[in-house]
Amino acid sequence: MSDKVVLELLSLEKSLGLKKTNKYSTQGDKQVPVLQTNNGPSLIGLTTIAAHLVQEAQQKQLLGSTAEEKAIVQQWLEYRVTQVDGHRGKDETRTVLKDLNQYLEDKVYLAGDNFTLADILVYYGLHPILTELAVQEKEKYVNVSRWFNHIQHYPGIRQHLPPVVVLKNRLYTSVH
Amino acid sequence: MRLYLTEGNPHCLKVVAAVELTGTRCELQFVGVEERVVPFLAHSKLPCLQLDNGNYLFSTNAICQYLFTLRGKEPSDLTNQWLEWEGTELQAALSGALYMAVVQGKRQEAAGALQKKCAYIDQSLTKRSFPFLAADAITVADIVLWGALYPLLSDSTFLPGDLKALRSWFERVCAVAACRKAVESILKGKGLQALKPYLQKQPAPSQRAETPASNEPEGGESAERVLTEEEIGAAAESWSKGLSAWPKPKPIEHPVLPQPNKKNVLITSALPYVNNVPHLGNIIGCVLSADVFARFCRLRNWTTLFVCGTDEYGTATETKALEEGLSPQQICDKYHAVHAHIYQWFGISFDHFGRTTTQRQTEISQDIFRRLLDRDFLLQDTVEQLRCESCQKFLADRFVEGTCPLCNYEEARGDQCDKCGKLINATELKNPQCKICKGTPVVKSSKHLFLDLPKLEARLVKWLEDSMVSGNWTPNARFIARSWIRDGLKPRCITRDLKWGIPVPLEEFKDKVFYVWFDAPIGYLSITANYTDQWERWWKNPEQVQLYNFMAKDNVPFHSVVFPCSLLGAEDNYTLVNHLIATEYLNYEDGKFSKSRGVGVFGDMAKETGIPADIWRFYLLFIRPEGQDSSFSWSDLLLKNNSELLNNLGNFINRAGMFVCKFFEGRVPEMELNDDDKRLLAQATWELRQYLQFLEKVRIRDALKCILNISRHGNQYIQANEPWKRIKGTDADRQRAGTVTGVAVNMACLLSVMLQPYMPSVSASIQEQLLAPPQCNVLTEEFVCILPSRHQIGAVSPLFQKLETDQIESWRKRFGGQQPDEGSANQSKTEVKPTTETKAAVAEDAGKDADPQRAKQLAEEVTKQGEVVRELKAQKAEKAVIGAAVTKLLELKKQLVLAEGKTPEAPAQKGKKKK
Repeated sequence: MSDKVVLELLSLEKSLGLKKTNKYSTQGDKQVPVLQTNNGPSLIGLTTIAAHLVQEAQQKQLLGSTAEEKAIVQQWLEYRVTQVDGHRGKDETRTVLKDLNQYLEDKVYLAGDNFTLADILVYYGLHPILTELAVQEKEKYVNVSRWFNHIQHYPGIRQHLPPVVVLKNRLYTSVH
Repeated sequence: MRLYLTEGNPHCLKVVAAVELTGTRCELQFVGVEERVVPFLAHSKLPCLQLDNGNYLFSTNAICQYLFTLRGKEPSDLTNQWLEWEGTELQAALSGALYMAVVQGKRQEAAGALQKKCAYIDQSLTKRSFPFLAADAITVADIVLWGALYPLLSDSTFLPGDLKALRSWFERVCAVAACRKAVESILKGKGLQALKPYLQKQPAPSQRAETPASNEPEGGESAERVLTEEEIGAAAESWSKGLSAWPKPKPIEHPVLPQPNKKNVLITSALPYVNNVPHLGNIIGCVLSADVFARFCRLRNWTTLFVCGTDEYGTATETKALEEGLSPQQICDKYHAVHAHIYQWFGISFDHFGRTTTQRQTEISQDIFRRLLDRDFLLQDTVEQLRCESCQKFLADRFVEGTCPLCNYEEARGDQCDKCGKLINATELKNPQCKICKGTPVVKSSKHLFLDLPKLEARLVKWLEDSMVSGNWTPNARFIARSWIRDGLKPRCITRDLKWGIPVPLEEFKDKVFYVWFDAPIGYLSITANYTDQWERWWKNPEQVQLYNFMAKDNVPFHSVVFPCSLLGAEDNYTLVNHLIATEYLNYEDGKFSKSRGVGVFGDMAKETGIPADIWRFYLLFIRPEGQDSSFSWSDLLLKNNSELLNNLGNFINRAGMFVCKFFEGRVPEMELNDDDKRLLAQATWELRQYLQFLEKVRIRDALKCILNISRHGNQYIQANEPWKRIKGTDADRQRAGTVTGVAVNMACLLSVMLQPYMPSVSASIQEQLLAPPQCNVLTEEFVCILPSRHQIGAVSPLFQKLETDQIESWRKRFGGQQPDEGSANQSKTEVKPTTETKAAVAEDAGKDADPQRAKQLAEEVTKQGEVVRELKAQKAEKAVIGAAVTKLLELKKQLVLAEGKTPEAPAQKGKKKK
């Protein structure tokens, strides 16, 4: 459990091309990640640490370029830790998928036309959910599936996670 | 840009404050609470901001940050951290706290729920010594947290006095003009009460408040709770008091009668119908659950009476009597003894286990009937009734089957449809069929009496609302009762054309008897009357008695609506149910229990397995269908026995006792508590209190987990301190080994008491092994040292036995009846209806709204092939032939799984999986 969120941050570091690896730990029942920084107090919380890493890697565009885009990135980062990670009932998972599906209908990325940190973290967060999803459901949430497949094939993003098969015919022909 | 707001919505405060503070020009629009503004979200999410490019921001924190960014104030690591903490940690606690404070008026509880979060902010402020959260000047973090906390902290008595840094920060932000404006525009000078209409529309907070408890991981390793120094100190102090300050267990003297000014608990378990042997689902559904609660109440020294008995009147008994060539009374005598024996074996601690065929039952039923008649709550009408000419009798409801008029389920019973759960009249069934001779019954008319439920509705509703508010009704019970009222009440017939029943005491009805549902619940009263002449002190004493009814959910309508109407109409100051505890259903290995098909474990067979009654009790209670249906599974039984009982609980208790015997000659050693020991005591105390709270709310399954958590802590404690090594070390080491052993053996003693409601015999064995004083059998909120140093314990032996896989497999076969698909060849007597079952199961699994064309086709093929296999087995075909057919079946199933879109690795486990 605790490893999962730390793994996620380590993958993010690699994706961002950061060389030195930071030290992470977790705290509390919810396994909130903590980053011990060299200069200054530790940072707590997944999105906070992730934004910090992006700054450190000098890839600020991943946090959005305009004020609007920045706000939207922040919104989906928050959505990741409050809604996607809520892991409450099936119903709520469904609501998340439904809302995202609707939202992504006319978008390539969560922030619109540009790939951002929101795509990376929401992708990580949805990975366990998409892995469990039946093919028919993946078809139902077609926009989520399309976006998800796109992100997992985005160079350097997938890292530690196994690929999720989204296409139906492939699943059928690979097994007899 | 345009900002959408709702009045009285606490989330709007920070957003409006941010608008004001940054001086942003934007259009404010107030909309209704449930209005959907954000087009892509399924639920209403307010406030929200529509950007000039058409996009929406629905996160309040993102909106606030955006407004700051527009003014050139970019986020920092620290503001980000505060915003994330607010969204993930603070809001979770806050929503529950606000609801408690505003809707339920529980200010103190609300303060408790928020205490830790407030302390955290206070600490951070103290540590950083900024006047504001993230800097010397106000930032977005201050606005966001202020907006979240304002509704509660604006009441200056809400914060405990010692959080000075938080208080002065809060006052500093409140003084900002933008914040004052936000308060004015959202709360309109009405204070907290302005939030009430909004909060009342939010989902029930109890669930939210309770999630931490139920989400606690079973593993325990990550469940470390943060204990405060005060808790630890208090636990150590309680411990040192020992038994001297301990309340004495109250001896039970029959007849148990309610005591003035004491807590008096009356517990009933739904009366089992006499001519069925109960199965495990029946047992966990009522008698066993009620027994745990009754034992718990006695351990709390509450005056407790627990009654139950067999429900004996009705046609089913008459028919059974004909079948067996006995009189109905003889049948009842015979089966009453069977029931009594089974419950005795399961260790059910009834104060009285009676029956409904007694003189008292007749007297009380007829009395209630006369009172209803005198008060004009009965109606007379002629009824169209089904009569089977070939059997020469009017058919009781359970002797008719047909198609449900509401949902078209083909096997609806005459009184209720098992599929849609609605009550129906037998004459409304489509294609009715006599269950005895399979003939088609005809409709005849007969005169009957009806209980006028519509006339009693107003009283019922008033009582029901009061009872649900003050009492503890399970959610399913509330739901069923409410939906009954919502669907409208109709008069209900209370008489029947039968012989085996209580005669209706009116000349023109002398050939009729009361319908069983009318008199069966009266059985609770008459059974008590047979126990004591002073039964009215329990049953006509609502001021002093708390009544708990235990049942499975199918019994809820009678206990929540129909029977209370009888008692309310009789106007004799009856004790009505205060707490209605209904379970969901227990399935057998993911199917139903079925006597006729020999599927499942029935009360009398449980004993034959050789598994002790306490193990059955433990497992049934562990999987008790609280909140949702659950499944009995043999492999899970094995797992729970071997992991929870043997390796966790049994291991801990046994080791604690063994160390005393082996290293200290059977005498509890001297104990010098250090901080680790005290911490453990506090940990155990906390679990004990959780346990008490859960059981008071009759959350039996959750409370059981607390017991297992304590022994888990105990095992870790022993493991970390290694007394078996230290005993060979220096004097200090030996001293340490003694303390650890002494604390552990006392924990074992505490566990024996907490375990008593669940596993009474095991509890007694532990106490016997430890020679625990009988006065320890009381539950309080404290964990005291019951076995002082020098206390001599007895011989220690293992409490549980390992269950082996082959044993379990043989039982699974034996009790499995005819399996739908892979039915083993040795049980092919009764042909079941596998076709429909398999289909139903498949349809459900394939789910939801996927394109199931291929899956459907495969499902049919699987069903067909399943039949082929069964057929071959039934004909005792050659092994190779059967083998080939089975292989084909498995292949088809595999494809089906794929077609359903699941991962192909694990298709074989389907159906055995626990939900």
